[in-house]
Amino acid sequence: MKVMNIVQAINDALDIKLAEDNNVLIYGEDVGVEGGVFRVTEGLQKKYGANRVFDSPLAESGIVGAALGIAINGLRPVVEIQFDGFSYPAFDQIISHVGRYRNRTRGKFTAPLVIRIPYGGGINALEHHSESPEALLGQIPGVKVVIPSTPYDAKGLLIAAIEDNDPVIYLEPKRIYRAIKQEVPEEKFAIPIGKAKVLSPGDNITVIAYGAMIREVQKAMVMAKSKGISVELIDLRTIWPIDRDTISQSVRKTGRSLIVTEAPQSFGAGAELISIITEEAFLSLEAPPTRLTGFDTVIPLPMGEHFYMITPERIMYEIEKLVSF
Amino acid sequence: MFEKYKPINDKMYQVMDNKGNLILKDWKGSLSDKQLTQAYLDMLFERTADNMAVSFQRQGRMNTYPPNLGQEAIHIAVGKVLTADDWVVPAFRELGVYLAAGASLMEIFLYNKGNENGLKYINAPHLLPMSVPISTQLLHATGLGFSINYKKEKGVVFAFVGDGGTSEGDFHEALNFAAVWNTPVVFIIQNNQFAISLPVKQQTKSINLAVKGIAYGIPSLKVDGNDFLAMHDAVSYARKNAADGKGPFLIEAFTYRMGAHTTSDDPTKYRTKDEDNSWKEKDPLNRLKAFLTKKKLLKGIDEEKLVDEFKQKIEKEFEAAEHAPEYKLDEVFDSMYEQIPDELKRQKHAYESFLLYKEKVQ
Repeated sequence: MKVMNIVQAINDALDIKLAEDNNVLIYGEDVGVEGGVFRVTEGLQKKYGANRVFDSPLAESGIVGAALGIAINGLRPVVEIQFDGFSYPAFDQIISHVGRYRNRTRGKFTAPLVIRIPYGGGINALEHHSESPEALLGQIPGVKVVIPSTPYDAKGLLIAAIEDNDPVIYLEPKRIYRAIKQEVPEEKFAIPIGKAKVLSPGDNITVIAYGAMIREVQKAMVMAKSKGISVELIDLRTIWPIDRDTISQSVRKTGRSLIVTEAPQSFGAGAELISIITEEAFLSLEAPPTRLTGFDTVIPLPMGEHFYMITPERIMYEIEKLVSF
Repeated sequence: MFEKYKPINDKMYQVMDNKGNLILKDWKGSLSDKQLTQAYLDMLFERTADNMAVSFQRQGRMNTYPPNLGQEAIHIAVGKVLTADDWVVPAFRELGVYLAAGASLMEIFLYNKGNENGLKYINAPHLLPMSVPISTQLLHATGLGFSINYKKEKGVVFAFVGDGGTSEGDFHEALNFAAVWNTPVVFIIQNNQFAISLPVKQQTKSINLAVKGIAYGIPSLKVDGNDFLAMHDAVSYARKNAADGKGPFLIEAFTYRMGAHTTSDDPTKYRTKDEDNSWKEKDPLNRLKAFLTKKKLLKGIDEEKLVDEFKQKIEKEFEAAEHAPEYKLDEVFDSMYEQIPDELKRQKHAYESFLLYKEKVQ
């Protein structure tokens, strides 16, 4: 075991895969010499050489489109998009090709590539540096979308993503990159993609979140506990393919549910989760399944961001409303 | 070899004129007489298959189809230099290249009838499927080129795009990445003068399309795409250049789409008869035929009989496509992922229970 934050855990996963599989390679903007703007790939070029860890020209569609070609010939590229808001030029490649190649060729060609994207707000950044595109990505057939919330999950999910024979989009909650430290096994391990995790069992209400929102929910849970409310917290971990069973089992037990996401509300992960809850736990419901999300607005620049970001107090407010419904 | 044909001077590489006479008097190609004759027969086969595909569509036996008429010299020239190590990254108007890479007409017909199984190209392990979104495929070619270098493989990549595709961002990103990474990719722009209805003049202010490669540091050449001899010289050179580790090469194959964009298109709306007629004089089949006839290489070839044999063969391939197994519900789901996620299984089962319900009520 070694104490790591999320940045170190991702770096460790990349290090392990680069060491054991010569087919794994990393590129993106500033990931080589500089080690990435968040230093996630720090030291890897030095260790594995510039033919396996390198800087590419500055073009996101190019980065992802070329990665598909590289993956078609059996390699496993792990590419970085520098910020969430710069991922959009690559959407054409992801939607039109990356997610479709296996199906289009009936399995003749596959696309075992990983696209890493730091995402989410709360870091006092410029416009286009604080976005949460997980629902946009979750709608794309043929790709998988995962989001870790802890250093342990960051390592295990990334190893699973690199070893997956299908394309995986790996969203990194940059706000908590260095906020959480945890003991993580030094050896290789993988966390299955498509499985949510019950982080803490409880009886009165199910709260479902992922990424940086987990920490906010955990803070709210301290307040809830002091008021005698027992919260069951589920970390979704995979946006798609979504884990219907874990969610429905929990809500059948608690009868109440709150979904907390930072992304805009309409047509988002919250809407999907509430549909699942309604389909699977209808007769157990004690209160309307509810979502606490970002607004359907552009995420404000730093001086207005506090209106947008989800805080423990806002989570607690919703929990109390639902429990007393 | 092509020093005199700098794109910036808009000089086009040509070997023969419209009548099959050598423009380059001391030209010596790398193909034997037998290979040249075979190239002509391959072009004839492509044209026959292409014409039949259009009529199958007209008969309602196939969906939309993009005709290749007039662009056969480009395709067969690439086909002649293609090795088993090479990759082909198509746009969607390169029939002769797919066949040379090992695709069957049955598969091509099956795809155009609306079945993904037609893109498996079972005997063409290095042929990518056709790419409908314009220019997006060029990045895959660049990535494949990178993988060839990385794995120290021997092949090169032949990547196709049309004139309209040169306006897309991915065209420029693909060229730029390919050059920076020194990948073995031969980019071939089939400049057939129209992107559906838009003429090249409204597509770009560049003096030609080959010149676009120069800014990226890619050796580039404008070639008469209706001159098989010129095309073969160009692609041979470009292939060797790439295989020798000298990086990408760009060819603008200057040609004309003698047919419609697809069978859903009506070119009389945007092209004149005069224009069509002027290009008929440059028909790539007639030019190579005239060249071969002068060399007395077509003696003993009964073209009419040959075309009849081609037609029988093509008809058989089409019938095989018509008799392909029925599209099953499973096929909608089975290839989306290596293993079908539970959520997709659930969606499939929901449809199956509808089918059961339907059976009961009927």
